[in-house]
Amino acid sequence: MFNKASKGPLFPYIIWIALFVIAPIVLIVYYSMLDLNGNFTLANYRNFFSPVYLKMTLTSFWYAFLITLFTLLFAYPTAYLLTRTKHKHLWLMLIIIPSWINLLLKTYAFIGIFGLYGPINAFLEVFGLDPQQILFTDFSFIFVSVYIFIPFMIIPIFNSLDKMNPTLVYAARDLGASSFTTFRRVIFPLTIDGVKSGIQVTFIPALSLFMITRLIAGNQVITLGTAIEQQFLVSQNWGMGSTIAVFLIIIMVIIMLLTGQKKGGRIQ
Amino acid sequence: MKSLVQATIAILVVCALLFFVVDRLQSAGSAGSTDTITVYNWGEYIDPELLDKFTEETGIKVIYETFDSNEAMMTKVEQGGSAYDVAAPSEYMVAMMREKDLLLPIDHSKLPNLKNIDPYFLDLSFDPGNKYSVPYFWGTVGIVFNPGLVGDHLTFQSWEDLWDPSLQGKVFLVDGAREVMGMGLNSLGESLNAKDDELLDLATEKLTSLSPNIKAIIGDEITPLMINNEASVALTWSGQAADMMWENEELDFAVPEEGSNLWFDNFVIPKTAANIDGAHAFINFMLDAENSAQNNDYVGYSTPNAAAMELMDPEVIEDERFYPNEELREKLEVYENLGPEWLGKYNEHFLEFKMDIR
Repeated sequence: MFNKASKGPLFPYIIWIALFVIAPIVLIVYYSMLDLNGNFTLANYRNFFSPVYLKMTLTSFWYAFLITLFTLLFAYPTAYLLTRTKHKHLWLMLIIIPSWINLLLKTYAFIGIFGLYGPINAFLEVFGLDPQQILFTDFSFIFVSVYIFIPFMIIPIFNSLDKMNPTLVYAARDLGASSFTTFRRVIFPLTIDGVKSGIQVTFIPALSLFMITRLIAGNQVITLGTAIEQQFLVSQNWGMGSTIAVFLIIIMVIIMLLTGQKKGGRIQ
Repeated sequence: MKSLVQATIAILVVCALLFFVVDRLQSAGSAGSTDTITVYNWGEYIDPELLDKFTEETGIKVIYETFDSNEAMMTKVEQGGSAYDVAAPSEYMVAMMREKDLLLPIDHSKLPNLKNIDPYFLDLSFDPGNKYSVPYFWGTVGIVFNPGLVGDHLTFQSWEDLWDPSLQGKVFLVDGAREVMGMGLNSLGESLNAKDDELLDLATEKLTSLSPNIKAIIGDEITPLMINNEASVALTWSGQAADMMWENEELDFAVPEEGSNLWFDNFVIPKTAANIDGAHAFINFMLDAENSAQNNDYVGYSTPNAAAMELMDPEVIEDERFYPNEELREKLEVYENLGPEWLGKYNEHFLEFKMDIR
């Protein structure tokens, strides 16, 4: 496999990976062991295990979990229905296009939509309800995050649903399975790989969200991403920022391993 | 293989082309020619007409670029690459940049208009003798509020008013460690430059007891929220408050009597300067009484320029909310450069406080 002919084309990729994947990680690990004066120390790591950062890690996890859960709950049925439509690729396109719009622009739009005098409250007023404070709540934070991640979850699930052989479903129905059993025993296991990649692309970025925590949640939700931003830009404590980043990378690797695709899965 | 090589070459050619165009554009702009200067300032912080006027008077073209945080500005200056001739950092950043040797000394003989500046604003602790900086604007940190939306008993002459039970879920804070921790320390009657772990713990505790009242901790987004009456009370800078009050006349601003922060933004000439004479000419031009008055009218912050104040609308300069008298100013403190270790501690406490809001 590794004869001369195949090594040549690999070369650019090796350089790419060395420069843009390995070197930055090595640098992050290196900086995480420096204190403010550039001396070697492990104090940053000790600091990370103080209650403040542990609590932050747990809240980050909790919110990332909620975001992923709701994204999955919305994305799966959507992807499923998409594969049943006539022009499924056109519909998929229409869902993906909004994800090309800059994240910040979409977030600012939500500030207006959720405002006390925004359209949602204007709508509530029609039914005689008092204006609700929607912005700067857990609800608004999770809603906006889910909105942002839904396309990324739909694509892998759509692809695996699309690849699935529909005759398997007919077979299951013929053999007397109810639609729920068909879903549970046939459709879902066959698309689990899509779900796993969907979870990866949602959960990992959700752990390190930072602009939305400020703009939509008013900094009442602090994620690991916010902490990294603060350490680098405000405190200028690159050591601590890198240490948080190291833990974020470790968490990401664990999640990748947990949701990784086993070679030659159980069901072919 | 062949298509890979072709693709690689295509990408490299496109990169080289883009690089060339950017390089041409930049050198056409600045790059040390004597007839242009590059000014690096905060956004919305100068009357653009003055830039044209400066070019007319001196023949020097101005390239104007903006930044949105002191730290971002310093990082760019530190990395070099761009020839900034004039920048406008806040006082603690002047001290930090001086320490890092990023500033060039200012030649006072080239700034005859320096005499226009109120001596009160010269020779301050962050830059003794104004060797490296010249004051541009100044202001305070205080509370902007909407009297129609909060109880009449709240005047915000004291920080304690923020803790009033009627404000549950209504208070907005600015997302800055120095501002919020400083407010906590001030509300205890302590200095906002305190270097004492115990005091910082106490201030954090005091701030945590404010959590039921806090709605959000955000940045510039406070401005539209206050203007649209979506928020009723916010901790913010005087200049930002002036912007809000310009748009929404119902708003009022107060600097609590226990003390608060007094800040200064200053012109400096960074190490990256390519046109030092031009930079001096620009600073001198901005110090001119008439120009400064015109600029102040546009920007709306408080000016340290005494000669300009004589030309301005007396109603503006007699407004004690934005031009506190000297007695009040005595109670205000300038941020000292705390050094990275204590700055880190302030940030850790601020983070701790933010974690405990819920």
